[in-house]
Amino acid sequence: MKMTGTVIKYGDNVDTDVIIPARYLNTSDHKELASHCMEDLDTTFASRVKEGDIMVAGWNFGCGSSREHAPIAIKASGISLVIAKSFARIFYRNSINIGLAIVESEAAADAIAEGNVITADLDNGVLHNETTGEDYAVEPFPAFIQTIIENGGLVESIKNGSIQ
Amino acid sequence: MVRTVLTDKLPAHTKGLKYMGMTMTQKILAAHAGLDKVEAGQLVLVNLDLVLGNDITSPVAIKAFNQMGKESVFDKEKVTMVMDHFAPNKDIKAAQQCMMCRDFCGAQDITNFYDVGQMGIEHALLPEKGLVVSGDAVIGADSHTCTYGALGAFSTGVGSTDMACGMAIGKAWFKVPPALRFELKGKLNKYVSGKDVILHIIGMIGVDGALYKSMEFVGEGLHSLSMADRLCMANMAIEAGAKNGIFAVDDITKEYVKAHSDREPVVYEADADAEYEKTYVIDLSEIKHTVAFPHLPENTHTTDEIDEIRIQQVVIGSCTNGRLEDLKAAAEIMQGKKVAKGVRCIVIPATQKIYLEAMEAGYLKTFIECGAVVSTPTCGPCLGGHMGILAENERAVATTNRNFIDRMGHTTSEIYLASPEVAAASAVMGRIAAPEEVL
Repeated sequence: MKMTGTVIKYGDNVDTDVIIPARYLNTSDHKELASHCMEDLDTTFASRVKEGDIMVAGWNFGCGSSREHAPIAIKASGISLVIAKSFARIFYRNSINIGLAIVESEAAADAIAEGNVITADLDNGVLHNETTGEDYAVEPFPAFIQTIIENGGLVESIKNGSIQ
Repeated sequence: MVRTVLTDKLPAHTKGLKYMGMTMTQKILAAHAGLDKVEAGQLVLVNLDLVLGNDITSPVAIKAFNQMGKESVFDKEKVTMVMDHFAPNKDIKAAQQCMMCRDFCGAQDITNFYDVGQMGIEHALLPEKGLVVSGDAVIGADSHTCTYGALGAFSTGVGSTDMACGMAIGKAWFKVPPALRFELKGKLNKYVSGKDVILHIIGMIGVDGALYKSMEFVGEGLHSLSMADRLCMANMAIEAGAKNGIFAVDDITKEYVKAHSDREPVVYEADADAEYEKTYVIDLSEIKHTVAFPHLPENTHTTDEIDEIRIQQVVIGSCTNGRLEDLKAAAEIMQGKKVAKGVRCIVIPATQKIYLEAMEAGYLKTFIECGAVVSTPTCGPCLGGHMGILAENERAVATTNRNFIDRMGHTTSEIYLASPEVAAASAVMGRIAAPEEVL
């Protein structure tokens, strides 16, 4: 899995209530959720995000609610990858289950600045900063999670019988 | 096609080595994965005793379930849906979401579908209905599913796709968590409750202090904690980032389970040599009234160190503190007094049963006479849904569980998380107050 995108950067403890406020949870329409993504933290996000952009954040990204609407909103807004120092656990598994690419790296999250262009090679575990020339190593996914991803998410994995 | 292999009894690199004992959580996961032994970090596929969803998360799960091509759920007795978040329907879209759940549960003949009239806030309702007992493995598409750890069950919040998978095959994948041990001793002081203890702990370890881990509560101090205290504490394990919170089973647990369920509890005790990353010893007698300031549950202060903070709203309710014991504590403090001018006090019994019992005990009369409103059960304002949304720059004291930006309304509004005792005293004083100030 490989992607290149421009970075939009946030801080620590970005919670699911700011990723997608509960007042919009009366829908599960992906486009509608994307149109409100991050709006209580950054009113400019929905208008400036471009297809393929990469989100970078600090510790405990996605803390709070179990709402899958949060990774759905981020993915539907065009974000191709989220890099954070750490992820809240429900957000982490939701992202894998719906096929939003995420990686943990304290070094990368510290070094990468807003507007940098990053090329991520997740198969080989390397993030390359096109703007500064730096490389950051990231842990590849455990084999089981790789299985879910290679099968196209949890729904497909159940459908094709690879998880029974 | 890649096939999953999750039946290896032990990771290859550790074969032949002696194992540390298991924590309570690890024992439940091992038993439900059909394994004799598991260790932290191991991935396991776990058989589930119950799969839960609500009116917000279930519609997404139903869509995913339908995509999986399964005709029926794995066990119609072991899937439950509770219409609590935006119910009674707050708008047309919310009504459509509830309808989708109602239609699905009707078509699948789901035994435990709880609609308006039978429903309550899910995490207060399920233990009350006896749907969870000690030793169970439960997932719910709601982050506060960790509540049932109070009963000595493994219980954790997941997303809608995991819920769909659970409904389809009755299983979920987990990475076996490492654990933190909280050894409780002593006894809580009057007007101090489980909420103060868990806020104190989150203040101490932080909102990611237990990330991916179990929080296991043990010790002689448990005897002074009611089931309501324990349910409240396990409920907020997620606010420290934990995978689950779990309490050692004692006579209080057994008595509760016996009174609410026909099923036999299974008790899992941690091994003497179980590995804990850290043990915290907490003397309950030293816990003071604790309040979490905006905008994180870890921003805790005790009421004796707070300057005057005026408030416009008080919410007493939620899956954290909407139980009968919570309403009793608040009513005793508010009895014969008035809600301060300029404060709106909203009381939300968490289930129909609690509502009725609070009515019979006279608590609801007390609330209404002192100028509070009493609502039908709903999550409502806790997540900024309905029944008490905050305007610009308003402040609320709430017995709920999260005080993130925009959680209860406008992005400039503020939520102070507290116990029912502190919330009741604050409603009377019009500012954040300790119960002793009004008694």
